[in-house]
Amino acid sequence: MDPMVSMYISQGIHGIAYGMILFLIASGLNIIFGMMGILNMAHTAFFMLAAYFCYVVVGITGNFWLGLVFAPLFTAVLGVVMERVFLRKAVGHMGELILTMGISFVIVAAIKKIWGTESLPLQMPEILSGMVNIVGVSYPVYRLFVIGLALVILVFMMLLLYRTRLGKIVRAAVSDRDMVNALGININMVFMFVFGVGTWMAGLAGVAIAPILTVFPGLADQVGMDAFIVVVTGGFGSLAGAFIVSIIFGLLSSYGVQFVSQFAPVLMVVFMAIVLAFRPNGLFGVKE
Amino acid sequence: MLLEVKDLNTHYGPSHVLQGVHLEIGEGELVALLGRNGMGKSTTLKSIMGMVKPTSGSVKFEGQEIVGLPPYKVARAGIGYVPEERRIFPELSVLDNLMLGIKDGKIRNPNDPNTWTIERIFHHFPKLAERTHQAGGRLSGGEQQMLSIGRSLMGNPKLLLVDEPSEGLSPIMVQEVRNVLEEINKAGVSVLLVEHNLKVALSLAKRVYLMSKACIGCQASAQEVRSNHELRAKYLEA
Ligand SMILES: Nc1ncnc2c1ncn2[C@@H]1O[C@H](COP(=O)(O)OP(=O)(O)OP(=O)(O)O)[C@@H](O)[C@H]1O
Ligand SMILES: [Mg+2]
Repeated sequence: MDPMVSMYISQGIHGIAYGMILFLIASGLNIIFGMMGILNMAHTAFFMLAAYFCYVVVGITGNFWLGLVFAPLFTAVLGVVMERVFLRKAVGHMGELILTMGISFVIVAAIKKIWGTESLPLQMPEILSGMVNIVGVSYPVYRLFVIGLALVILVFMMLLLYRTRLGKIVRAAVSDRDMVNALGININMVFMFVFGVGTWMAGLAGVAIAPILTVFPGLADQVGMDAFIVVVTGGFGSLAGAFIVSIIFGLLSSYGVQFVSQFAPVLMVVFMAIVLAFRPNGLFGVKE
Repeated sequence: MLLEVKDLNTHYGPSHVLQGVHLEIGEGELVALLGRNGMGKSTTLKSIMGMVKPTSGSVKFEGQEIVGLPPYKVARAGIGYVPEERRIFPELSVLDNLMLGIKDGKIRNPNDPNTWTIERIFHHFPKLAERTHQAGGRLSGGEQQMLSIGRSLMGNPKLLLVDEPSEGLSPIMVQEVRNVLEEINKAGVSVLLVEHNLKVALSLAKRVYLMSKACIGCQASAQEVRSNHELRAKYLEA
């Protein structure tokens, strides 16, 4: 295999892996927004918090897999607590926006207080490190693992949304939650569930990215901003939009660094600007 | 009495849109609530349902106070709601729309002939049966109305609140909807019907409440409304 071609492919894998991580974050944001009309500004703080939780779990047990299972769960529990205890009391969308922003500040401040500001390394397990050779091209195993993990979650989400009663309730509530309520369905329990799943997915993304980027307090801003841009570009409330744009952004960022490194940071923003110029609600946007 | 509404008051911000509404519905009755545009008919239904919170007053259903309860509790108490805009779930199939109407996802006593099941709904609404797997949003207005009624029946309500079911439908569909409401009522479901089509309303209801600005102006029999010009001029005609 031509080493150049092999490098392009490997760069592509990096891009798709990053895109998948963006998708995990963005789809949580999206489904919470689509159903509850809440733009959860604390979403990326939860994403980062999960990376720290994973760091702690791995520090105690030495087992990355336990971190992968438990860190997102802890994060989801915190997300649900935030929804039940605080968000319920917020008045109007502006109130929710300010409240979630405040909670995000609190999380970031607490992280800096507890773990400091330096980058904490998170070792990936032996089995996921290194490269694997497939028909003459070597791939980083961990990136393949991240892609696989995200695909599993994607399939799981689709089955949940399209095959279960709960999923159908969620889809119905995205279009008309008051009517769902009037059918005898306790919409507050559905909100709690959606919030939990959304934060859990952000938590998974946080764990997945930790071995790649290390764990540091700027994680939320660095990756979170990309996730917000994904949601805006793909269209608020659209999972398909989030998926497609995530992959495009992942590839833009990895090939961008390779070919036009000085422009790489602005590529996504330029892409977003072009999309919004033609489709102000995003690629697949439905909500105003 | 199945439903007893007493001195119900509802505000939208500063505007006082229900000012002491009284009405009653007996077991098995079909009662019409009529009045000109903007008198508060829809708001009355929404206030009973808990879709808007009344500021004061009482709503008793089977003797239980339900005023101020969230809509899902009102629905579970046994009241079904067929809103003015139909509000079917456009992305979900006809079947899924109906399934969401089942409380807790499980039909109690499915073998009881009085229980509403998917089969029974399809028997009453053959048009829906033909479109089982079509998205709700792709149905015609009349079919959506049928679906909205069918969906609320899946909750096996004792009382159905129906808001302007014939609005925007072709004369043939209006007749079909009318007949379906009659069948449903004959099957034992009580109905509170808001309807602009006087002919339809009076052919279904024996008892009528006439609403004037934010209150029930008077109560009459369908026969009286039919024969009394003054009554109609006062409450109904533009
Ligand atoms: N969401 C709302 N906010 C503020 N005012 C409202 C709202 N909904 C209705 N109103 C007002 O409350 C009054 C009663 O409205 P309602 O919809 O109950 O009337 P209606 O008798 O059902 O009329 P129609 O025959 O046109 O359906 C009207 O003056 C209306 O403008
Ligand atoms: Mg109305």
